[in-house]
This record gives sequence, C-alpha cells and structure tokens, in this order.
Amino acid sequence: MNVKGPEILFEIPVLGGIPITETIFNGWLVVAAISIVCFFLGRNLSVRNPSKRQIVAEKLVLTLSGLVENTMGKNNMFFLPYIGALFSYSILSSLSGLLGLRAPTGDINTTVGFALIAFFLIQFFNIKNKGVLGWLKGFTEPVAFLTPLNIISEIANPISMAFRHFGNIASGIVITGLIYGALAGLSKVVLGWIPVIGSIPFLQAGLPAILSIYFDVFTSFLQAYIISMLTMVYVGSANEANQ
Amino acid sequence: MEMTEAIVRAASAVGAGLSMIAGIGPGIGQGYAAGKAAEAVGRQPEAKGDITSTMLFGCAVAESTGIYGLVVAMILLFANPLIK
Repeated sequence: MNVKGPEILFEIPVLGGIPITETIFNGWLVVAAISIVCFFLGRNLSVRNPSKRQIVAEKLVLTLSGLVENTMGKNNMFFLPYIGALFSYSILSSLSGLLGLRAPTGDINTTVGFALIAFFLIQFFNIKNKGVLGWLKGFTEPVAFLTPLNIISEIANPISMAFRHFGNIASGIVITGLIYGALAGLSKVVLGWIPVIGSIPFLQAGLPAILSIYFDVFTSFLQAYIISMLTMVYVGSANEANQ
Repeated sequence: MEMTEAIVRAASAVGAGLSMIAGIGPGIGQGYAAGKAAEAVGRQPEAKGDITSTMLFGCAVAESTGIYGLVVAMILLFANPLIK
C-alpha cells in the first residue's frame, strides 16, 4: 500500500536547516502557476475592443466579486483579494493531485494555516468593532456560566474548518492509494501466471480515472468553495457593524 | 514486549474501523438534505441553482463529524501515538 505523508525534499541551510517538504514545494509551484495565469490575463487590457482573454478575466473577477458582495456586503469588498487568493490557491492545490503531485491541501499544515487566518481575522474584527472589553464580555453571553462553552465553540470553528478540508483531500489520496494497491493485487491474481505480461498491473488503467473525477475534481471544487464561503460568512458576521 | 505491541497494533486497526462508524451520521444527514433539495427543486424548478449551492454548502458543513471520525482513523493507522 502506497499511502504516505509529504516527504522532505531538501533543507535550506539557514537557522540550522529549514526542511522543505513536498507540501511547501508544490505550494510554490501552485503560486507560480497562479502568478503566471494572472499576469497573462491582466496584460493589454482595453476598454474599447476587449480580447477574448480579457473577457475571461472579467468574467472570473465579476463572478468572485459578486459572490463576495452577496455574502459579506458592500462594505467588506476589501476582502476580495484575500478570498480570491484563498480560492485559487485551494483549488489549484487540490487539482495538482491530478498531475501526480502530492496535493498541498492534503497536508494538515496548509489547511490549519487557512483556518488560523480566518480565526485571527474573526477575533481582530470582533475586537475592532466591540473594543477589548466588549469582546471579552461577548464570551459571557447569554449567561456567565456558559463562558467555557463559548470559548470551546470559538476554538472549534477553525479546527473543524481545517479538518474538513484536510480530511476530504487526504481521504481522496488514501482511497486512491488503496484502490491502486487492490487493483495491482487483482491483476496479479488474474494474469500473474504469464511470465512478462503478468508483471504489468493492467487493471490500474481506467477505473482510477473515473474515481478521480469524484475524489479529485468534484471534491476540489467543493472544498475550495466551502472554505472560502465559510471564511466569508464567519469574517463577515464578525465585521457586521461595518455593513 | 512484542506481545504488547501486537495487541496495541491490532486494537488500533479495530479502533480505526470502529471510528468510521461515525460515517453513519453524515450519511443520513446528507441524504436527508439531498431529499429535501430534490423536493424543493420539484416545487420551484427555477431556483435550482440557489438550492443546489445551499445544499452543497450544508452538506459540507454536516460532513464535519464524519471527517472527525476519518481523522481519528487516519491517526490510528498512519501516525499512531500509542506505538513508539
């Protein structure tokens, strides 16, 4: 069975060696891909005669800004760049599993990063809008003895966000690995008695591709949508006074 | 010592299987949500887009308990804290 965590590729020899895992390296590739796509989509824009490329770029930006405006309100539109970055990084990371890379979002560290950003944004806007005392007082509502439960529910939010995204992508990796192993074993049983052809796991062609349409493509879209939606909902409701 | 480790490994594998019983809850919940969404589309076919996106959002949120079970199972199988 071939199910592993991200491996350490090399170390940067600074501060006693910073290990660079597959997660970080593939994350760099994703960032580079997003930068290149954005650079090419954003070049040579014109108002009078837009090119096809410009129409695609406008459609993408307008869809995203419509989503942010509907969910967070007009006064929170300054979140648009962050939500766009989160969405595109999440979806391209998950889809990079299709190219045989280990998806960066299949590592809990990436998704905890997403969730912690959302958590600190929520707390920052709560403090900014209510003041420190109002923020602390918010934990004792509606009754004082519910304070521990309020604190736990506040901490449970980022944990569930991180685990949801990680679990969906990682379960795809695990199930794909299990199926590849099972198909290799099965083709050995069926044709293993032929000397040369028997060593080729011929059953591995075809079936995993159908499954990866669900586990990679559909789940990637859905989880990218979910994590940006949840970030928008939580942060938007924390910044409600601004609306 | 080897006997102890064998017992711990076997118990971890059984525990990983048992923890996936948590998948029952989200399964029922998501099925219920999908059924309600189908009803809603039948009643108001013009609101299909909104209904579908709301349903997918709700399903993904309802899924989190199942995902907790999955994470426990994966910890027991791949990063077992009980085996040194």
